[in-house]
Amino acid sequence: MRFALVGRPNCGKSTLFNQVAGYKAETGNFHGTTVTFTESKVRVAGEIIQIVDLPGTYTLQGSNPAEAVTKEYLASNDVDVIINVADASHLAQSLELTLELLGVNRPLILAMNMMDEALRLGLSVDGPGLEKKLGIKVLPLIASKGRGVKHLFLASLELARLQPSYGARFNVCEDDAMARHKMGQQLADEFIKAGTRHLTWRDRLDDILLHPLWGYGTLLLILLAFFQAVYGIGRLIEPPLLAIFDKLIVTVTGPLGPNTIWGALVNGILQGVTAGIAIVLPYLLPFLLGLGLLEDIGYLPRIAFLMDALMHRIGLHGKAIVPFILGYGCNVPAVMSTRTLEEPRDRFIAAALATLVPCAARLAVVFGLVAFYLGPLPALGLYVFNLFVIAITGRVLTGLLPEDVPGLILEMPPYRIPTLKAVFNKAWFRIREFVVEAWPTLIAGSGILALLSYFNLAVYLNYLIRPFTWVLGLPAAVGVPLIFGILRKELSLVMLGQALGTMNFSSAMTPVQLFTFTVFVMFYVPCVATLIMLKKELGTKGMLWITALTVIVALIAGLAARAVAMIIF
Amino acid sequence: MHLIDIEVGKWVKVIGFEGGAKFQDRLLQHGLYPGDVTRILRKAPLKGPLLVEVSRRELALGREVARKILVEDIV
Repeated sequence: MRFALVGRPNCGKSTLFNQVAGYKAETGNFHGTTVTFTESKVRVAGEIIQIVDLPGTYTLQGSNPAEAVTKEYLASNDVDVIINVADASHLAQSLELTLELLGVNRPLILAMNMMDEALRLGLSVDGPGLEKKLGIKVLPLIASKGRGVKHLFLASLELARLQPSYGARFNVCEDDAMARHKMGQQLADEFIKAGTRHLTWRDRLDDILLHPLWGYGTLLLILLAFFQAVYGIGRLIEPPLLAIFDKLIVTVTGPLGPNTIWGALVNGILQGVTAGIAIVLPYLLPFLLGLGLLEDIGYLPRIAFLMDALMHRIGLHGKAIVPFILGYGCNVPAVMSTRTLEEPRDRFIAAALATLVPCAARLAVVFGLVAFYLGPLPALGLYVFNLFVIAITGRVLTGLLPEDVPGLILEMPPYRIPTLKAVFNKAWFRIREFVVEAWPTLIAGSGILALLSYFNLAVYLNYLIRPFTWVLGLPAAVGVPLIFGILRKELSLVMLGQALGTMNFSSAMTPVQLFTFTVFVMFYVPCVATLIMLKKELGTKGMLWITALTVIVALIAGLAARAVAMIIF
Repeated sequence: MHLIDIEVGKWVKVIGFEGGAKFQDRLLQHGLYPGDVTRILRKAPLKGPLLVEVSRRELALGREVARKILVEDIV
């Protein structure tokens, strides 16, 4: 038996799904967090039921990929009951989709979610009246607190067993959106009584957070505090963790002997394991926790609102700010989040620019080379330079791919108090993606690399990339770290010692070379995990274009950096 | 009159959209229809977007979007 959850974006479908299925779907107080469907088996009253969480959709006739997924799913799969999750605090809009679903000949149940929010707005909903009018079961729900969930699923099960006729349903002959909009409004007027709205701190918050002046001030403070906390926690955890693993590697590989093939292989694999833990635990985990918090509060759309004007200057609109912010943690979720943009052109540009954002792994390279050997100021300068390069690339891409549908249209959700459980679960969900998809590649790559250097084959790779290193005035030996940096960006740093034959990089490379190398690493070819995601989102062609673009950008930026560095250092 | 020209806080009625079918569809999908009553809640600086209220919800609209929304006074 299969139940499908259908509803508008940000109505709480995924929250409901997670309540029954354990944490499997991403939720967020941002339109369109779920972009593909998630399925899970749950047991309800002794029966095993497949529950599907479909992406939020405004209509079944929609055009963006998330909406197409929902439409296709309902058309092609055997769904026993459609559970239409509606936002009771915005019933008129939610009912438009309900009216469309009434036309789909499947058992339908209407879950009025966010009843607490509706109450806060002073709305009283006449559920039984609506139930009678629509001819389908209408049930109250507060998914975030788990209230009404059990009742809803028992009722759905009952409905699936009964297989009622569709004759008693409210009949909408109108097939056009305008008519449904009017009807939704009428129904809402009929069955919802507006009382007095209680103004709370949440309503006042935007007076500050979206203020033309204080809004930007608080945005800066929030982002600063956010990154400060992430790096603060990261720096606290990383060194002791690395020390433990270094000790472990010595203990394990010692008996095997460093110059045997097994010793080299085990060492390589353990290095990969270590790199994964050193990146994920200290930096990515606090980053994802913080992001989840901002997301569930509802701050991300506010950032989009504030940044829209600026984003226009690079040919995108405010919504595309999310991939950029995500990009500083990891480019993989950044590319993934471009799905919420409607236009293929916007998706391409946003994905291309997001891959130029220095992720946590590249941050390690910047810190390890530039900050460590040249000081914190050049490192900070690199970040400013990076923004500059992204802006120029954006301008060029915008010139090449003109916009055809203008502007930002984005729903601004009310602020919500996030539950810690949801935030933790979300971070765990995203971490798991990294562990399952990227980490194995990293470990395998590290092992292969160890074998290559054991057989002394790695040096041949240097010839392959020599044209680039020659133009940039870099030693030929950095070719191997660059190639393996495509596996995972931090390998460019980790392997540099091996490639140069010393851990004191400043003895083998001049400051100009260190600086140029870091700039090149910052931009050239995204890591394998990002490439996989680019292919998934934009197709092979899009992935190849972006790869070519990053090489060109890296080369030009590298040359510019070399020129600047020659003057400074 | 276009929505862009309306002062903050004043209620107006949406009478239509200029621009292509795709653009109109997108507005409809986000729940902004001809006939709806709306008002501007705030404007972001530097040619930033407008925040409008429609049917108790808040929508952010880019200026170039607001420039293509036809409105009239409520009589």
